[in-house]
Amino acid sequence: MSQTILRTEQLKAFYVLDVYGTQKVVKAVDGVDLDIRENEVYGIAGESGCGKTTLLKALAAAIEPPLRLIGGKVIYRVTGERIDTDALSLEAMPEAEVARYMDSGEIDVAYLSAEAKRRLRWRYVSYVPQGSMSVLNPVARLRDTYRDFIESHVSGKTRRDAFGIAKEHIAELGLPPGILDAYPHQLSGGMRQRVTIALAALLKPRIIIGDEPTTALDVVVQRGVVQLLKEIQRKLENTIVLVTHDMGVQANVADRVAIMYAGKIVEEATTKTIFEEPFHPYTQYLISSLPRFGDKSTRESVPGSPPSLLNPPSGCLFHPRCPHAMDLCAEQMPDHVRLDANHRVACWLTGAG
Amino acid sequence: MEFVKQYLIPRLVQYFLVMFVGITAVFILPRLAPSDPVERTITQLRSQGSYLDPGTMDEFIEDLTEMYGLGGSWLEQYGAFWQRLFHADFGVSFFQFPTPVNELIRTALPWTAALLLTTTVLSWVGGNLVGGLAGYFNRKRWSKFLDTVVMIIRPLPYYIMSFALLLLFAYVVRWFPVSGGTDIGRRAAFNWPFIKDVLRHAFLPALSLVILGGAIWFQTMKLIVQNVNAEAFVQYAKLGGVKEGRIVSRYVIRNAMLPQITGLALALGQIFSGALITEIVFSYPGLGTLLYNAIITGDYNLIMGITVISIVAITTAVLLIDLLYPLFDPRVRYA
Amino acid sequence: MKVFRDLLRDYRFMWSFGVLCALLFVSFLTIFAPDDPTLWGVVPRDMKPSWSYLLGTSSKGQDVFWQAAFAVRNSLIIALIAGVVSRVIAVLVGMVAGYKRGRTDTVLMFIADCFLVIPLFLIIVMLAMLVREQMNLVTMGLLLAFFGWAWDARVIRSQILSLREREFTQTAVLSGTRTLPLVLKEYMPFSTPLVFSTLINNMSWAIGMEITLAILGLVDMDVPTLGTMLQWAISYQAMLLGYWWWILTPIALSVLLFVALYWLSVSISEYLDPRTRIQRVGA
Repeated sequence: MSQTILRTEQLKAFYVLDVYGTQKVVKAVDGVDLDIRENEVYGIAGESGCGKTTLLKALAAAIEPPLRLIGGKVIYRVTGERIDTDALSLEAMPEAEVARYMDSGEIDVAYLSAEAKRRLRWRYVSYVPQGSMSVLNPVARLRDTYRDFIESHVSGKTRRDAFGIAKEHIAELGLPPGILDAYPHQLSGGMRQRVTIALAALLKPRIIIGDEPTTALDVVVQRGVVQLLKEIQRKLENTIVLVTHDMGVQANVADRVAIMYAGKIVEEATTKTIFEEPFHPYTQYLISSLPRFGDKSTRESVPGSPPSLLNPPSGCLFHPRCPHAMDLCAEQMPDHVRLDANHRVACWLTGAG
Repeated sequence: MEFVKQYLIPRLVQYFLVMFVGITAVFILPRLAPSDPVERTITQLRSQGSYLDPGTMDEFIEDLTEMYGLGGSWLEQYGAFWQRLFHADFGVSFFQFPTPVNELIRTALPWTAALLLTTTVLSWVGGNLVGGLAGYFNRKRWSKFLDTVVMIIRPLPYYIMSFALLLLFAYVVRWFPVSGGTDIGRRAAFNWPFIKDVLRHAFLPALSLVILGGAIWFQTMKLIVQNVNAEAFVQYAKLGGVKEGRIVSRYVIRNAMLPQITGLALALGQIFSGALITEIVFSYPGLGTLLYNAIITGDYNLIMGITVISIVAITTAVLLIDLLYPLFDPRVRYA
Repeated sequence: MKVFRDLLRDYRFMWSFGVLCALLFVSFLTIFAPDDPTLWGVVPRDMKPSWSYLLGTSSKGQDVFWQAAFAVRNSLIIALIAGVVSRVIAVLVGMVAGYKRGRTDTVLMFIADCFLVIPLFLIIVMLAMLVREQMNLVTMGLLLAFFGWAWDARVIRSQILSLREREFTQTAVLSGTRTLPLVLKEYMPFSTPLVFSTLINNMSWAIGMEITLAILGLVDMDVPTLGTMLQWAISYQAMLLGYWWWILTPIALSVLLFVALYWLSVSISEYLDPRTRIQRVGA
């Protein structure tokens, strides 16, 4: 089993809104434990509004008001030979933290200064945001945008050098060479998506986080994007955290999948297990609602609608919609139970409790 | 050539059309009024106590009619009007008879042009820069402070601002001259004393225009930048750890500038009017003061001349800005 | 009203609303004015402010306080007429252009562009010169209204263009709603706040134009407005002669009025704009 590269401990991130005197709190991520490893594709799946994007923002250490880190930790394992250690401003951190870093290479993101975080960006963890179509500066040619990213993180490169690095990278990934001379609006949505993904891999980061990279694209283009992601992961041997509600893409790309519901992880297992032996009722619904060749029976989707994160239900958040709900489910939130080396689930049906 | 067709041609057409409509309006207006200029001139002269010999009255009316181009049918007048325009002939001034109007305009125009150009450039560039930074750093105290200051300055009309400055700096504290373009009797020459004199006289009117103009650009830029800041590509650059200086200049301001260029084109009419009003307050020897004298003396030819020149100047300036815009926005250049 | 209470939290709204109420109150006071404001010599001249003459008297022999009260009232009347009439024009033009699109749109926007690019000040001056005799509060208001609609027509048109693309428009059209009721009933709630804030801005512009025209002598100088009051003070050399109360009153009132109107419009439009609302939230 390979080493952990990023983990969270009971991560809680809420949106705190102050609307004319009253405070409203949206519990977008409520107690999430993750253990993401090197050299894997880790998928996170769930409905819209379950908190996936917020979780990603927390993982990328990009938390800004009105989003706030209420509790828990996000811990990076930074491996020395890749990251410049004095970039991390170790002097500013408490003794215990420094000791832990020296020892295990782990660092709690909360202790990183803004500049340290900025330095880690793109070299250690990069991000492909949702709606990648419009994340490129409309008045700059692509090569200039690439240059911005290179020059902001690597010193001592002239403009020529930067362009050279960009061109090489594009060619390696099989994208058309002349594309860097274009302006974003001259490219199709799918091409822009691939350019953005290529940009995310530019400085060979250890983690690439992708937020719905295939949404809003037609299937043919989707395939191209998925192939690109796979290619990158193969070449760099790094970790890709892929968030998408499209279970088909998860099946295609992910090694392990976590199912997220209303701000919590309800089940996590290898892709094969999730698809063949889903345990949690919600996961079961998700899998059974997928179309299969030759199977003409009616597809059932989850009844009801996703809970409001402003006013979540008591106990297990899924119990109002769960066909197997028991009294216990309305009272208490189940903890994670390990069913297997690679399979854990949070559900009272496991019999724990 | 797609660009030429889609962008250039429509604008050129509009340019000529607008000028045509505007100048025609200038032609029509005096002729629609309840009393025509000839009658009014006579009434005015009478009320000022001049003696008008009844014997020569008919001839006088004829002369006035010819001077104002009011003879013949409307169609004939219109034709003659355009003919004279192409020779830049606006007729003879009443207020400074018999000087032709275009000579008066020619003397006054450089003063106005110089004032307008410098103040517009200064206020647009300065206002946008400061506004852009204030919008980016909008949580800082200096940004909020500037915001409040501008909130008080911006709504003031040109007249009030100019007048207030005049009172303050020419009466209360006598730092600057009260009026005029240069001290009386000084002759134009390219030497330092002359230039210094001009600058001293132009300072207050320029200050008034820069403050008011700058306030508008500051505010609109600040708002635009606050919106651009929230745009996906800026958030992404921040997420990507791009250095802040670069984000501010190449991502935020560079994009926020675009609507301001268009805004400048649309605001030119107002800026011009404001400049004229300011000139009047300071008796600055530009088109504004000329206009004021024309109004007081009822000099229709002069007023029409100034109006036509202004229309031509402004529509041309707007066209120029419109043509410059594609240089800054690649989405228009390579549609 | 909850909206009102929420607006009051904004110090700008609070201040400007207060000032405007005060000015409106002063305008109403004119009902009790002792003398006809167009008459000269009703009180001793050039008296400093005192208890009998709150803001002193002018060289024309008029009580500055009452002149100011009438000036505020008349300027507001002009501004209201100009603002309301130009709103009607702007809304009509904007809505028709935005909804019909195509030829109608091009023609209407061309007309609006003419009004925008051509230096209106000069045209207004020309017109004012020509109708000088018939100039009174109402005609002044209408004159200004005729020129003040172009910008806002464009703004409203943009909004209609985007509303048109929304789903509820399709639904209404498909269910047989005719154009006029559709536009009035469905789009009005969206446009009303926009119209309101442009109304205030337009009123401000109108008052400014009135002052400028008065300085140029193109209005009926006997009717007290902020502009005429200022102009009389200037022509009587009030500053030089030290009768500061006569000249400062119209200036101070104008500044108060402009800033108040502006702050009112800004605070209202910020309240209504969903984007700035989100920015005030959190942190």
